[in-house]
Parts: sequence; C-alpha cells; structure tokens
Amino acid sequence: MMNLVKWARLRSPWLLHFNTGACNACDIEVLAALTPRYDLERFGVLLKGSPRHADVLVVTGPVTRQVRDRLLRVYNQMPDPKFVVAVGTCCISGGVFNGCYNVYSGLDSVIPVDAYIFGCPPKPEAIINGVAALLKKLEES
Amino acid sequence: MQKEEFQRTEKKSAYELFFDMPVGPQHPALKEPAFFKFKVEGERVIGVDADVSYNHRGIEKALEYRNYIQNIYLIERICGICNVAHTLCYAQAVEQLHGKEIPPRANYIRLMIEELARIHSHALWLGVAAHEIGFDTLFMYVWRDREVVMDIIEMLTGNRVTTAINTIGGVRRDVSDEAKYKVKKGMDILEERLKYYRNVALNDPTVNARCSDVGILKPRDAIRLCAVGPTLRASGVKNDVRLDDPYTLHDEVPFNIVTCDTMDVLGRVVVRVDEMLESVNMVRYCLEHMPNGDVKIKLSLSPPVGEAISRVEAPRGELIHYARSNGTKNPERYKVRTPTFGNIPAVCDMLTSKGDYEVNIADIPITLASIDPCFSCTARMEFRDVSKSKTWVWSLEELKAHCKK
Repeated sequence: MMNLVKWARLRSPWLLHFNTGACNACDIEVLAALTPRYDLERFGVLLKGSPRHADVLVVTGPVTRQVRDRLLRVYNQMPDPKFVVAVGTCCISGGVFNGCYNVYSGLDSVIPVDAYIFGCPPKPEAIINGVAALLKKLEES
Repeated sequence: MQKEEFQRTEKKSAYELFFDMPVGPQHPALKEPAFFKFKVEGERVIGVDADVSYNHRGIEKALEYRNYIQNIYLIERICGICNVAHTLCYAQAVEQLHGKEIPPRANYIRLMIEELARIHSHALWLGVAAHEIGFDTLFMYVWRDREVVMDIIEMLTGNRVTTAINTIGGVRRDVSDEAKYKVKKGMDILEERLKYYRNVALNDPTVNARCSDVGILKPRDAIRLCAVGPTLRASGVKNDVRLDDPYTLHDEVPFNIVTCDTMDVLGRVVVRVDEMLESVNMVRYCLEHMPNGDVKIKLSLSPPVGEAISRVEAPRGELIHYARSNGTKNPERYKVRTPTFGNIPAVCDMLTSKGDYEVNIADIPITLASIDPCFSCTARMEFRDVSKSKTWVWSLEELKAHCKK
C-alpha cells in the first residue's frame, strides 16, 4: 500500500509557489519552467493555488520579517509529507539582500528545506534539475 | 406588487450585509505577497484596502552602505522584471552626478536592451493576464513566443532575466555583427506573432467578454490619482517619459505613443501589444543605425558632491531615481519611486463600485493584474511619532537592533 502511495506521489508532485519577498525574477523563471519550452508538467508537476493541495512548497526570495508568519502558516497548512524547495540565491542565503534590516538570511533559518536551486535567478533548466533531484530523493526515502 | 416588495426587501437586506474578503498574501491570482481587503456586498465590491508591505526588504537603506558598483547589482534586484529600467535609471543618475556623457554606441545598446526588456515584460504580462481570465491556451502560446526574446537577451547580455548590462559609464558588453543578425531574425518572428496576438485581443470572444468594460478608469481619475504608464495611456492620456523627457536616444529613434480610449482592461491589453510592436521597430532602428566606437568610458568610483534625478519609462510606467552624493564611495541618500506604487490608488479606484459602475468579485483578479502589478518595489518605511508629529532617521545598525527586538 505504501508503495502505491509512493508511486502516485512520485508521478504527481503538486507545487505551491510562495514568494517571500523575491524580486520576481525567480518567480517568472519558475513560471517559465512550466510553459511549453521547458514543460515541467511532463513530470506530473502541477502548480496549485492552495497549500492544502500541495506536496512541494517552492519558495523564492529572502524571507522578510513581515511575511515570515504567513510562510509558517502556509507551511503548517500543507499535508504531510511535505517538501520544500528553495529557489534562488537569496532564498538560500539572503544573497544580495544579506545584511538588510528586514530580511532573514535564507529560508532554512525559518523552515526546513529539502532542495536548494542556486542561481540569480536560476535558469528554468536548473529548476527542472532541482525538481528531478527532489523526485530522486523522494524515491530513495 | 408582491414581487416588487420582495425585491426591495432583498435589496435592503443585501445592503446591510457586507463582508470583508481577504485576498492574499498567498493567493493564486497574485504571484507576489500583497494583501487586499475587499468590502463586498453580495457579489459587488464596495471598498478596497491595500497592504503592499510584505516585500519590504530595506533596499534604500542598504544602498547607502554599499559602493556605487555594488549598488548596480542591488538596484537591479529591486524588481527582477524591470531590472533593465532600474539599472538604466541608476546609471543615468550617477553619470549625471559625474556630469559626463556616454559614447553613442553605448546609448544605442542601452536603448535596444531597454526595448527588448519591454517586449519581455509586456509578453509576460499578456500571458499572466490570459491566465487570470482562464484562457490558459493564450498564456502558453505567449510564453512560448516570449522565449524568442529571452534567448536574444541571454545572447546579448549573458543572463536571461537579471542582465546587469548597464553600468556606470556605458554598457558592459558590445553587440557583434552575428548577434545583430540573430536579433533581426528574432524580431521578424516576434512581429508576426505579435500581430496574431493583436488580432486575438481585438477579436477573440473570450478576451472580449472578460476584459471589455471591466476595470474602468476615466482619464480625469487617472490623472487625479497619478496613474502612470500603460494604465494611464489606456485611459487615453498621452503621457510617456520617452516623449516628455527623452533620455538615451529616445529623441532620435522614432516611435509612436500608443493610447487607447476604451479606458478598460481590454484597452490595457491592446496598448501593451501595440507597444511591443513599437519596440520591435525601435530595436530594428537601433540595429541599423548603431555607430561604431567604444561602449564604455571610465568614471571614478566616487562622484563629486551633488544631487541627481533621473527618469525612465519602465515597462510599467514612469520610474524616478534620486541620488545624493557627498563625495565618498557610497551614496548619501538614494530614493526610488516605482511605477506600481503610482498605480495602486488607481487600481483601488477601479475596484470600487460607484454609481452605475459595478465591480464583481470575479473581476478582481484581472482588474488587479491589469496594472501589471509588481509589488516587490512598493513598500517604504518611515519613523514617526504620531503624538508629537515628529519624524526621524535611523542608521542601519539601529534598524537592525530594532528589528531583532
């Protein structure tokens, strides 16, 4: 039974995209990865609007102080097991915004992260690579 | 008689029952964290309250603590989509402080990249707008064709989105003849596709049903509420920084200002598609008339004491940068006024029912999207003691200590 669940999960990871103060560059690259040229949907990936439908939380941007509580709320609303992907350098470490007074340095200081995709912004190919790496991790778990 | 009475009582009860409907910060219609509180009466929207502070990162303060070269890379991350407009505006402001002109070839390259970025931004918006009205086929089509311009930008600058092509004193990279040929070919493909999208915007029944007579902004209101960019031009007001206060080579490169007098979302779609076509022609003009020569002059790292204001027509509207230098390596004060900030009062006006103008809940996403919102650049902070009506300025360390509390 668990194998069946795992099989289903591997073939249809649904994403929830959450911007935690990014400059939009990563956001448009995440969207570009879903459109015909790169077509992330061939892995069964679907972008969803509600945290309650999502398996994978895709976060872009350094976490601002204002958005932190919302991020935790969205994270807690997601059903288990949940996975988090940090997209972009500023989501990994704060990047160019490191040292600004209103940002935390990186997503992993707020919630646990499963995969990191670096680049400012990462190319859609890199995002696909990151998602594929996450799927591999899921398979092994 | 009975029916009439029923209607009246229903109307009365509906009038008394209104709810606050929150939209955001995480919402499928908004790609960014922004919070809107709509006051709704049944399906009618009767009031809006906007909170755009979720993206506040404190960039203006950080700019004062980094040198002019580091600031290029921070400035372009104010907004990833209009990053070319931001770096252009910044470079112009710093060059103004120096009192130096850049070589003509650099100006041509700047203008060309600026217009390419405008095509990419408007195409992006067209796709997102199609997505908001549930027309995903158009969304996928537009984004597929947008890859043409993304490839061109990547070839010319080295990166798809954040290009950092504009630098203080010129541009970072030259354009080769081979690249010129590829850009020209790309423009031909784009022009054909854009004409098709223009046809879709004007004739498709889905687009028409969802966009015409939605999000009305009258010219008088648009001017009163200080709307900028395509939002203002779709209300029939001829206003464009490229014409009013030409920078780079906009006084030399011919273009038409696109306006539309329908005042609704459909007008904004048409204005943006037509602007893309104008941009295609401007890029072609630049390719043909680009002179030979240097693309960069050397400027010192610390500009002389002074102030500078620079204006650029970003894809979303007028962008203003203000810089004050005290002769050191870091700017003393840097202020950015972004186009979305100017458009927020206008969008709140569009979303409020008044008189015989009705706004339905179903129209909220497309009306919000119609100003091409980009909230990453909107929030500012000020310290004010309301009881003593006193304001003050804190240093970065004081701000950090305050935030940790």
